[in-house]
Amino acid sequence: MHTVVMTKGVPDFREGQVSFDEDGHLERGKTPTVMNPNDKHALRAAFQTKVRNGGHVSLMSMGPPGYEEVLQEGMRDVYADDLYLLSDREMGAADTWATAMTVATGLQNLDEQPDLVFAGFKTADGETGHTGPQTCWCLDWPMITHVLSLDIDEDAGTVRAKRLVDGDISEIETVEAPMPCFIVADPEFEPTYRKASHRLKHKDLREETQQRAEEYEEHLTVWDHEDLNLDPDYIGLDGSPTIVSGVDPIPKAPSEREATMIEADEREALEPVLDELTPYAAGD
Amino acid sequence: MTDAAEEYEAVVVGCGPGGAAAAATLARNGVETLVLERGVDAGSKNVSGGLIYAEESAPYTIDGLFPDFREEATERPVTENIIHNIAGDKVKSFDIGDLHHHDTAWADAVLRRKMDSWLAKQVHERTRETGGGLLTEVHVTGLLRERGEIVGVTTEELDPIKADIVVAADGVNSELARDAGLMDWEEPEEWFQGVKAVVDMEPEVINDRFDVAPDDGAAHLFSGDLFDGVRGGGFLYTNESSLSIGTVFHLDSIAEERAEPHELLDSLLTHPLMAQWLSDEYDEREYSAKLVPDSKKAAHPSPHEDRLVLVGDAAGQMQAQGPIIKGMNHAVTAGALAAEAFADARARDDPSQAGDLYEKKLHDEGVMDKLRPTGYKVFGQLGELGPVDDLSNAIAESAVGRFGVRAAAGLLERAYASPRMVSMIPDTKLPYVTLPTVIAEELGEPVTDENTVSPPDLGDRIGDLTYDVGDPHIELVDKSFEASGTAVTACPVSAEDFGGGCYRDEMVQTNGSEEHLVSLDTQPCVECGTCAIVADTEWEHPAGGKGVEFNQG
Repeated sequence: MHTVVMTKGVPDFREGQVSFDEDGHLERGKTPTVMNPNDKHALRAAFQTKVRNGGHVSLMSMGPPGYEEVLQEGMRDVYADDLYLLSDREMGAADTWATAMTVATGLQNLDEQPDLVFAGFKTADGETGHTGPQTCWCLDWPMITHVLSLDIDEDAGTVRAKRLVDGDISEIETVEAPMPCFIVADPEFEPTYRKASHRLKHKDLREETQQRAEEYEEHLTVWDHEDLNLDPDYIGLDGSPTIVSGVDPIPKAPSEREATMIEADEREALEPVLDELTPYAAGD
Repeated sequence: MTDAAEEYEAVVVGCGPGGAAAAATLARNGVETLVLERGVDAGSKNVSGGLIYAEESAPYTIDGLFPDFREEATERPVTENIIHNIAGDKVKSFDIGDLHHHDTAWADAVLRRKMDSWLAKQVHERTRETGGGLLTEVHVTGLLRERGEIVGVTTEELDPIKADIVVAADGVNSELARDAGLMDWEEPEEWFQGVKAVVDMEPEVINDRFDVAPDDGAAHLFSGDLFDGVRGGGFLYTNESSLSIGTVFHLDSIAEERAEPHELLDSLLTHPLMAQWLSDEYDEREYSAKLVPDSKKAAHPSPHEDRLVLVGDAAGQMQAQGPIIKGMNHAVTAGALAAEAFADARARDDPSQAGDLYEKKLHDEGVMDKLRPTGYKVFGQLGELGPVDDLSNAIAESAVGRFGVRAAAGLLERAYASPRMVSMIPDTKLPYVTLPTVIAEELGEPVTDENTVSPPDLGDRIGDLTYDVGDPHIELVDKSFEASGTAVTACPVSAEDFGGGCYRDEMVQTNGSEEHLVSLDTQPCVECGTCAIVADTEWEHPAGGKGVEFNQG
């Protein structure tokens, strides 16, 4: 089994991490880059296949050299046997299409061809959800999206998945596909380990991957467009059919309500809050 | 995934000292051993007063099984032992070092989170080599049976697991022991309840206030009239950078007196005697509580059934006789003996003998006689008969008794320090309340220090604990005050007129009549098990990794 997970580095949008300028534009320089949170669900799903079915999990990204640390984060926080970064200037400013072309070529360039490729459900910055499916289109594989849980039958060469129909939590269907197969993990994906032996293996592998992440460079392969034999005209900005005509910041909601500031370091000081809220407690 | 059971040679449930000793001994014998612990970390569910002993006469000790134990997992050794008899502000202190040193290789104060999580690391490494290992956050719910025979365990988080031996080291509220019908939660007389505060204190301050060297420590015990007549006493042990201060009472006495355990603890914390040790900046790290089985009554004489063996608190193996409180050392011995029994039985190609062999070893190695001493059977239980108790109390309090106490002060101190005398102590007011009070009144000196400690209220104590309860795990079956009202006071995180605890009572108007009812909110539950005994409940532990998480323990 060879499983590959696609990931992207995104600004850390969490409170206290993200930084915006006066006009509401993201300050990239002041905001740390982290692994796209949805991709961690995909990586957890891939890790589950490693624990249950064995094999090899690779984590792949396309981006600037700094994305090495994004890959390291995935290796440390979830799991990876090795890391692949597709990186050079020619790949820069790619849209989802050019990215998909590049990543699909990266996948085909692997020594051991993958049986499963996982992507997360859209990125925290672009939010298009295009790159995964377009990569799958390039590979011409079957694809299962919005996957909640996963079982692999290696002998039959099939994967069986529970998925949300149209992303609707109220409707779940079970589908089966031959491998190789492309999986988009839903953020609701829950790895399950009902066997003690799986949990013990999980514990061993988690320990191993955390140690490996300390020296991740030894497990990292960086490919540029020449390594992948890619024509610069079809990747990066030149290979991107998408034209961004403009970006409109969403204006901040005007705060028209009156606010009363209460210092809350003492119990007594919270009494006025109670007084304020009590009338609403009855549901009026 | 299939529901087919996995198989291990041995399953150990719980990774406290009993489970750790069993697992280490099984692993040493090459037995494939799976250890299941329900806390997020071993020790996160465990509370003890805080002294672990290594007995000279014991076949196994914790440092024998885990050589770095004392360096890595304990606090300070006990080098000074004092019991304080208290009446009002009068105190008479006896040195009971002789009692403490009897059969003791060493005794150290411990905090269970640190101790058990260290043990768990060693246990995982050793059991992993056998093909097993340790898993946390797994709640073992009961026994797996085939054709009526115990063949393994069921859990909330995993598929059923079969084993040739199941070691139930799942603590005082063992669900496995109850599933097997070996233990119950019926009689309050069989239990003590302990509550404890871990109080922050700089090491230098401890050295100074207790007059001990940096690598030494003190153990103080307290009894007398400071607990409103509730039978039991208090303790104070020095840790590296904190104090463990607690109280332990007979549960039947707590129930009868409708005592509030946290208030009894406060009575100790605020007594003038404590002023010399506790400063104004009283900083409580953690409040905790636990049930303690009274081995004299609760230790199961034959703690096994089919492939199941019980060790430690799960089997009631907790020796509490007057000033002696020993539990963890017996759990260690029992755990190792159970493992040894299985290894022996397996060597004879008949693993099913393990339970009988374990029982025999408990007797042959003298463990059962420590847990259920003959002296108590002969004299102690006699003293618990009503008329004898009344008479003894009357004599001790009479002029004659008081004269005797004055005349025999030296003899009394020696008696308190005599292991033989202590083993005969009956569970009555006489030794716990009357005698210490009379001793203090007749021989004691008043303590004049002003104690300025103001302990946190119950709400703050609960607020400082870490909880992730999940679904309610205890069901209140009979909500009437008659059946379950005792829980309102006896529960260590509930109190009368306190809205934030587990149990509260209220008068409810129904169809013109008024009913006195009890309600339950398991959110602040510390899983001590008190309400399983004093109220009518369906009691279970929370799911793996859920519920209270002690950081000190």
